[in-house]
Parts: sequence; structure tokens; C-alpha cells
Amino acid sequence: MSPSLRNPLLIAFIAIALLVLAGSTFASVPETKQAVVVRFGQPKRVINAYHPGVDFGRTGAGLIARWPFMEQIVWIDKRILSIKMERQQVLSTDQLRLQVDAFARYRIVDPLQMYVSAGTEDRVSDQLKPILGSAIRNELGKRPFAALLSPERGQLMANIQRALDRVARQYGAEIVDVRIKRADLPEGTPLDSAYGRMRTARQQEAGAIRAQGYKQAQIIRAEADAEAASTYAEAYGKDPDFYAFYRAMQSYETTFAPGENQGRSSIILSPDNQYLQEFKGKNR
Amino acid sequence: MMNENRGGPWGPSGDGGSGDGGGGPRNPWGQPPRKRRTPGVGANVGSIDDFLRRSREKFGGRFPHQEGRPYWLYGLGVFLLLWLLFTCFHLVGPQERGVVTLFGKYSRTVPSGIAMTLPLPIERLQKVDVGQIRTRDIGSPDASQENLILTGDQNIIDLAYSVRWTIRDPHLYLFQINDPEATIAEVAESAMRAVLATVSLDDAIGAGRSDIEQRVSIVMQQVLDRYGAGVRIEGIAIKQSDPPAAVNDAFKEVSAAQQEAQSYINQARAYAQQQTARAQGDAAAFDKVYAQYKLAPEVTRRRMYYETMERVLSKVDKTVIEAPGVTPYLPLPQVQRQPQEGAAR
Repeated sequence: MSPSLRNPLLIAFIAIALLVLAGSTFASVPETKQAVVVRFGQPKRVINAYHPGVDFGRTGAGLIARWPFMEQIVWIDKRILSIKMERQQVLSTDQLRLQVDAFARYRIVDPLQMYVSAGTEDRVSDQLKPILGSAIRNELGKRPFAALLSPERGQLMANIQRALDRVARQYGAEIVDVRIKRADLPEGTPLDSAYGRMRTARQQEAGAIRAQGYKQAQIIRAEADAEAASTYAEAYGKDPDFYAFYRAMQSYETTFAPGENQGRSSIILSPDNQYLQEFKGKNR
Repeated sequence: MMNENRGGPWGPSGDGGSGDGGGGPRNPWGQPPRKRRTPGVGANVGSIDDFLRRSREKFGGRFPHQEGRPYWLYGLGVFLLLWLLFTCFHLVGPQERGVVTLFGKYSRTVPSGIAMTLPLPIERLQKVDVGQIRTRDIGSPDASQENLILTGDQNIIDLAYSVRWTIRDPHLYLFQINDPEATIAEVAESAMRAVLATVSLDDAIGAGRSDIEQRVSIVMQQVLDRYGAGVRIEGIAIKQSDPPAAVNDAFKEVSAAQQEAQSYINQARAYAQQQTARAQGDAAAFDKVYAQYKLAPEVTRRRMYYETMERVLSKVDKTVIEAPGVTPYLPLPQVQRQPQEGAAR
């Protein structure tokens, strides 16, 4: 009776012990992690280490076995990680201040080295952050401000990446990419003076546009006047004498007619006037 | 006894229910309850004893396992069955793909539909929505916050745009980058700034926008492909590209100047049309008159002269001074006053 009562407990105990043993022997390594197997604090081997160009599914991920209780697994991220730099003030060679936000992407390619030298990804990131900042300050400090806004920028980034990569290697990391996220003029005088420059440039443009408009308008008027003159010349040139008479007639009518805002006219005629020729009756 | 007797045959039964079974033997009804009760009590007590005994027998007896299993082993069985059901069969939606990992190792990507895998600790299926177009906004069209960017000609522009992207390779998306969404946003920002550093302010504000959108999307795709992010950039949409608020007035002045210049030109055109038309009209009128004049020059000239003079002189004050020897007296005040009156009128 009594051994039969103990039996299920024993079974349960054995099952649990087996589970614990299995749990501390087997582990599944996901694609996103690298595993450093540590025996009594001594890193022994790396599982699922990063190798460039290896497709997922052909990596070392999967089920692994280790010595239970003796060996621990330290997980290290296999994915591309990011370092975000604090905003930096950078002074270019032409004494322009810039505020630069940059980020770097890195991947831990030597987990063993990384485990020995830094321990965790966060600490790698912390170590690289100031170096990224100083690399950027050094590179940008060697160049004029305009270099940031030119094709030279690519070269600049490559230099920064190289400098950072040299350090990152010591931590078993590889810099995948360094990019400047933002490069702005700092608030205050630099920004204001840039605004001032933009403003005056626009005002100048506005002035130029107005002058251009005026110029075109004048040209259009002059062309019209010229065309009208040529039209007149062509018509009146046929008989200048008759034109003089014809125009004089029109002119008298306009000049002496009591128009809206004109004063009344008084004309003093001499009897010798041609108009009064017949009035005198002389010629008859 | 009197009570019992008076109670007749019913009394004992009633008392028998509440009291003891003393009066019971006399009555045929008295007995059954007593009998019933005694076995009842006996049965209850006996059943507990029985149970204990029997359960002891069970563990040590003939069918110890068959009898003990059902409660917890059936439960375990049902649990395992459900576990298998839920972790072996997966419904992958029409826009989704399932990424299957075997002990963490990438095994395969399954299309939408019902997918079968090994149960959970062995194989795991993660669903990834590949149809959904995700949008990430950078900067905002809101005037209160400016996303200032330097352009190639060292001007500053306030830009708001959004990135639309989808997941192209689900397994790459899951395994390659730590925080894909933040990565995309950062890459977008850096690509946008890199592209804007090569264009002028005027292009960025005006005609070059679609070109910028395209170039940014190409640059982003290249960078993300180099990361192996498994992401496709569907497009960039510039929602706002304005000069910063601080210099907006100067920019408005430019457009005002453009309007002004245009109005100068319009006025000049109107003048030109008038001038030309008038010249043509005058010339045509002259031509007509001249044609008549040609027919009879002397007469026509005279006729026109008199007609004109008639019209002119009929409306004005006339003074004719006849005698050549007489000093003409001009009523100057009157002559002068008249124009004044005319002016006053």
C-alpha cells in the first residue's frame, strides 16, 4: 500500500527533474540571437555567430545542447543595432556652428570578443556613442560648411564610418552605416543670420521681378507707339499737304469746341481771315 | 400516553418524525420511518467508512490506475489535444504570411490560408502582415513645429512628409534589424536631408518636389536593402515644403512682386492694343477721306474747310474787327472773365 502511494509523487519528481535537466541542457537559439556558451565564467564557444551572406535557415540557429548547470548561455543580439548620438555642436572650418544629429548602425560580428570586452550590447553602444560624436566633430571640423551640402558628403561619411569601425572592432562590432540625420544651424544668431540672408535674397528677387515687369511693360508700350507711328506714316505719307490740312481741321474742332472741362473760347477775327473772304464781298 | 392514544394512529407517525421511535412498534406507519431513518443514518455513516475503505482498496486493489487516472490524466489529455490544435494549425490571413521557425531556426515562410506546423515548443509561426501599407510621418504641416532642413544653396526649408512602406520579405523583417520602424524613420530623415542638400530652395518649394520624392525613395531603398531589412518603400509624399515662418513675409513679397510685374505688363498690353487700334482707325478714316479728296481736290478741301469752320465758330464767341485803321478795343475783362466762368463751371 505505501510504496504504491509514493509512486506517483516519485514519478512527478522524476519528471520535473528531467524537465529541469532538459531545460538546462537544451536551448533553442533564435535567428535574432547569438549565443555564447560560458562554462564557469569562461566563454567556451559561440553558436549562431554572424557570417555575412549566410541566408536565414542556414545559420547556426536551432536546438543546441550544453552541459547542464556547468554551462550558461549569454545571449547577444545578432540583428543590426543602432547608436543614437546626442546632438553635437560642430564648428566647421569657416567658423559656422552646426548642430548635428547622427546615427550609426552596427552589428556584433564577434560575440566572444564583445562578451569579453563589453559584456552587453548596451555597453557597446555606450562606448561607441562618444566616439561617434568625436569622429563627426573631427571630420566636419576639417571642412567648410558647404561640404556638408555637396557630393563630398559621401566621402565624409565614409571617413567617419572608418574611424568608428576601427574602434568598434575592439568590441567585436562592425559598423554597418553612419548617417547624418540632421545638420541644422543652431537657434539664435546663426539661424537668424541665415534667415536674414534668405530674406534679403528674396527682397532682391522681388525688386528684380518688379523691374523686369516694368521693363517689359515699357518695351510693349514703345513697340505699340512705333507701330502706330508707322501706320500713321504709311497712311499720311501719301499726301503730306492734305494731311496738314486734314489734321488742322480736326485740331481746330477739338481745340475750340466747348468740351466738358474746357473754358469757353472767344475768337477775334480779322476781316482778312480766309474764312471771311466772302464776307467782304471783295472777290466778287 | 394520553396524547399518543388521542392522537390515534397518526400521532406516533407525527411524533415519530420529530421525536424518538418509542411509540413506533404499535403502529404500522410508525415503523417505516424509524426503519428508514435507522438505515439512513447507518448508510451515511457506513458510506463514509465505505468510501475510506474502498478508496484504500482502490489504491492497493485491483484497478488502482484505471480508476485514479480519469480526473487529471483526462484533463492533461484534453489540454494536450487543445495545445496541439492551437499550435499546429494556424489561420494565416489573406494579407499575411507565416514565418515558421524550428527551434528558433528559420524554416520556411507559408502563404496565406491554413498552415500546419509542429506543435509549439518545436515549431513556431509568426504572422506578418505584408499587404498593409504602413505610413510614417516626419515633420508636421502644423505651423507650431517646424522641421527645418538645409537646402543645397544654404537656405532653410520647413518640410513635412510621409513614408509609405510595406514588408517585402517577412523573415528578413523579423530577423535582420532590431527596431525596423525606427530604422525606417531615421533612414528616411537622413535620405531626405541628403537629397535636399543637392537641390536649390526654389526647386524644393516648387517644381522639383516630385523629383525629390522619387530620389529619396530610391536612396532609402538602397540603404535598407544594404541592411537587408526586407522592406519595400512604396513612396514618399511631401505634404508641405514651405519657407520657414520667419521669412515667409519675404517670400510673399516675391509673389506680390510677380503679381505687380504682371499687372504692369497687362496695362502696357492694353495701352498697346489701344494705340494700335487707334492708329489703324485714324489711318483708315484718313484713307477714306483722301480717296474722296483725290476725286475733286479743290472742292473737297474747301468744303471741309467751311464745314469745319462752321462747326467751330458757331459754338464760340466771335469778334470781328473790320476797319484796318481803327485801333481795336478789346473788352479784355470780359474776354478774361469768360474763361474763368467756364473754368468755374
